[in-house]
Amino acid sequence: MSTQTATQAKGAAPPGQFRRLPMHWLGVVPFAAFVLLFLILPTMKIVIGAFQTPDGGFTLANVSGLFTSSILAAYWISIKISFTSAILGCLIGFAMAAAVVLGGLPRAIRGPLLTFSGVASNFAGVPLAFAFLATLGPVGLVTVFLRSELGIDLRLLGFNILSFWGLTITYLFFQIPLMILIITPALDGLKREWREAASILGATNAQYWRLVAFPILLPSLLGTLALLFANAFGAVATAIALTGSSLNIVPILLFAQIRGDVLGDPHLGYALAFGMIVVTGIANAIYIWLRARSERWLK
Amino acid sequence: MSFLTLSHLQKSFGATKVVHDFNMAIDKGEFISFLGPSGCGKTTVLRMIAGFELPSGGSIVIDGKDQTRLKPNQRNIGMVFQAYALFPNMNVFDNVAFGLKVAGKPKNEIEARVKEMLKLIHLEHLADRYPYQMSGGQQQRVALARALAPAPQVLLLDEPLSALDAKIRVSLREEIRQIQRQLGITTVFVTHDQEEALSISDRIVVMNAGKADQIGTPGEIYNRPTTRFVANFVGTLNVIQATLVNGSTGALKIGEETLSLPQSIEGKADDSLISIAFRPEAAMLAGPSTGPAVLSGTVLSSNFLGSVLRTKVDLGGNIISFDMFNQPSAVLPKAGETVMLALQQDGLMVLGD
Amino acid sequence: MKRLWAWAALIIGLLYFILPLVGMTNFSLKMRRGEYSFDAYAKVFADSRFHETFSYSVWMALLTIIFGVFLVVPTAYWVRLKLPFLRPYIEFITLLPLVIPAIVIVFGYIRLYNTSSWLPLTGSYVGTDILLVFGYATLSLPYMYRAVDTGLRTIDVTTLTEAAQSLGAGWVTIIGRIILPNVTVAVMSGAFVTFAIVMGEFTMAALLNKPAFGPYMQLLGANRAYEPAALAVIAFGITWACLGLMQLVSRLQKTPQRPV
Repeated sequence: MSTQTATQAKGAAPPGQFRRLPMHWLGVVPFAAFVLLFLILPTMKIVIGAFQTPDGGFTLANVSGLFTSSILAAYWISIKISFTSAILGCLIGFAMAAAVVLGGLPRAIRGPLLTFSGVASNFAGVPLAFAFLATLGPVGLVTVFLRSELGIDLRLLGFNILSFWGLTITYLFFQIPLMILIITPALDGLKREWREAASILGATNAQYWRLVAFPILLPSLLGTLALLFANAFGAVATAIALTGSSLNIVPILLFAQIRGDVLGDPHLGYALAFGMIVVTGIANAIYIWLRARSERWLK
Repeated sequence: MSFLTLSHLQKSFGATKVVHDFNMAIDKGEFISFLGPSGCGKTTVLRMIAGFELPSGGSIVIDGKDQTRLKPNQRNIGMVFQAYALFPNMNVFDNVAFGLKVAGKPKNEIEARVKEMLKLIHLEHLADRYPYQMSGGQQQRVALARALAPAPQVLLLDEPLSALDAKIRVSLREEIRQIQRQLGITTVFVTHDQEEALSISDRIVVMNAGKADQIGTPGEIYNRPTTRFVANFVGTLNVIQATLVNGSTGALKIGEETLSLPQSIEGKADDSLISIAFRPEAAMLAGPSTGPAVLSGTVLSSNFLGSVLRTKVDLGGNIISFDMFNQPSAVLPKAGETVMLALQQDGLMVLGD
Repeated sequence: MKRLWAWAALIIGLLYFILPLVGMTNFSLKMRRGEYSFDAYAKVFADSRFHETFSYSVWMALLTIIFGVFLVVPTAYWVRLKLPFLRPYIEFITLLPLVIPAIVIVFGYIRLYNTSSWLPLTGSYVGTDILLVFGYATLSLPYMYRAVDTGLRTIDVTTLTEAAQSLGAGWVTIIGRIILPNVTVAVMSGAFVTFAIVMGEFTMAALLNKPAFGPYMQLLGANRAYEPAALAVIAFGITWACLGLMQLVSRLQKTPQRPV
């Protein structure tokens, strides 16, 4: 009602119903056009391309081309790294967040920890790889210290920064903070009354955690796990800067394929990218579904 | 021998003392209300009984056993919280079964007991619902069933009705009282709502600034408040000035009329000014059948409250209220009218300081 | 006991975060044999390609921020004002860049906007610049949109608009002089995140063959020993500054809102 009055008072504004409706929609046209052109269509191009022959016909050959041992191995090692770093990120991030929220540490620690997590979760990519090379690389700070001071040679123990575990440990640098950022509000959401109600009903602290707190947190934990998984799976820059092309993981393979068609089949590149969308898509669908569940509970 | 004894309870948080020397003996099966404004320490006393707060001094004894240092999960006490505090990940059945489950009771026993409890609160049909699928009133009834299921020796209710709508508040408080009588369970109920406390308690503890100001039955609290705080906090109160004529006979003078109170008045010199308080229902329009008309004033307004009419009268600067029962034939005093009021002598209270 | 465990968890965790930062700083100072020096930094700052790529990325970041503000603020405002039922859908779309890996998006660009397509953006130098800005805008969309939308939530968009209209303001005036100033803090926090993302971004710039800071860092990393560590320290400083500034402005916003 009042909008109408105001519009009429202005005079120059579009009067009448017939111009009003399209006007509403005109406001989102630039955004819709941008998203369509630079997000939706490029993605669709990849998805469709994955099912197309070079001359435009439908085929499943590209996708089935993924099921060769070297590509499957790349997916497998990618999934393993992503999953391991997600699990460890969840566990360590949870432990740190729980220590700060529930462990009786001074409240003053919280703000700085969350700020630092915000920074660290964004400190990914090339510089992160350099930081870890300078720390755990062959002449890195920790490597040298362990060798010269404690006589422990990481290389003899089978550790190499350019390997599965090297990459996983590096990924943890952005995985743990992301976990802290997401799980801290969830831990805050555990009401004091639940603990008190459980305790006055006779439950021990362990029973409270097993029967109440953990089940309540579980959707957030699993959801964050899925998110961290997708986060690691799509990470390209860190992997390339750290390992060059020595580690056969999907983002590196796709990067090389886009650069120079190393697979010798342009449409196999589409399929490779399509596979990435599918994996991260599934992980995020799980995240969204579980988050909706936990929000319903906590309403 | 009382069932729940609180002696010399004290609690400080840092430098602030929130409970000073709280003493009370509660009999088995009694329904006790802690009434007071927020911050008066009533919830802290309740939380000390539950074991959530460790007293800074004093002791808590239940059924002859000292509980002061026990953990909450060793006390066998039931508690209902203001915000329901149902476990959101469990349905109604599992919520009610929780206390029995952690106690390691056999499955069939748990099932029978939960069914019994759900029947008690008339929610058998909602056993599969989750908390987020229920109304506040239903959730609070489940919380009550959950608290009662392990057969606690004491039931604590921490403002259980304050999050609910007015209508449900009344019906649920009656239901709580009825269940409490049926089970004969010793109950402590914390509230800041005087009407709630007056309507369901055996005895009321009016708390002020960490101390029990007065402990008594609802009638005693309402009719014979011993401190000015209690008189003001519970119910509506009119205060007027009077001159003491003779302390030992209870004779005093209000305006031009001399009245005598049923009791003697001590601690005040004759001819001194004293404050007299009375409830709105202790005053009535003066007529042939009433006592001496002592007050004359100008009507300010008249409000229809349903069963009673409350009229505000300007009494030479003091605004007082008085109530009349609603009758279809009653004539409403009109604003600006001059009225004469009579006071019931046994409804007059002399206020201490 | 519990507190002991809490401290242990926190300290071990923090050690993991601090060691790499110490490691890279330490390494960056060790270029001269046997003593600490700023030689690596001097080398980096003396490199003309450092200046070129760094300023290129700064420009790209600024263009991305400006474009992002022009794209997101009117849209978020309009959706709140006139099309509130669209909000969940828009929100979902803005989160998509977190789901679809950047490498897939840029792969799509390369195939969709190649020289033989209807919009041959990859065919010219300026074209790829534009494409890169759009790509960065896409990557920062989740952060920018959420920041602005949260900012709009704290002001009463409808009332402000009606008040402005009743005083005779047009849409451009309303958005530019009423809405934008009121969400400045939100826009700035979105801008700082965008800046941090663009400065460190590698994949898109590398695959579009642009001389940006990210690919330069990677290239240097493949060929040098100490300079990369110095670059990492600089990059960390940028990230820290951006997000620190973001926290600062959002704290500034909260203070004046409290009294009333």
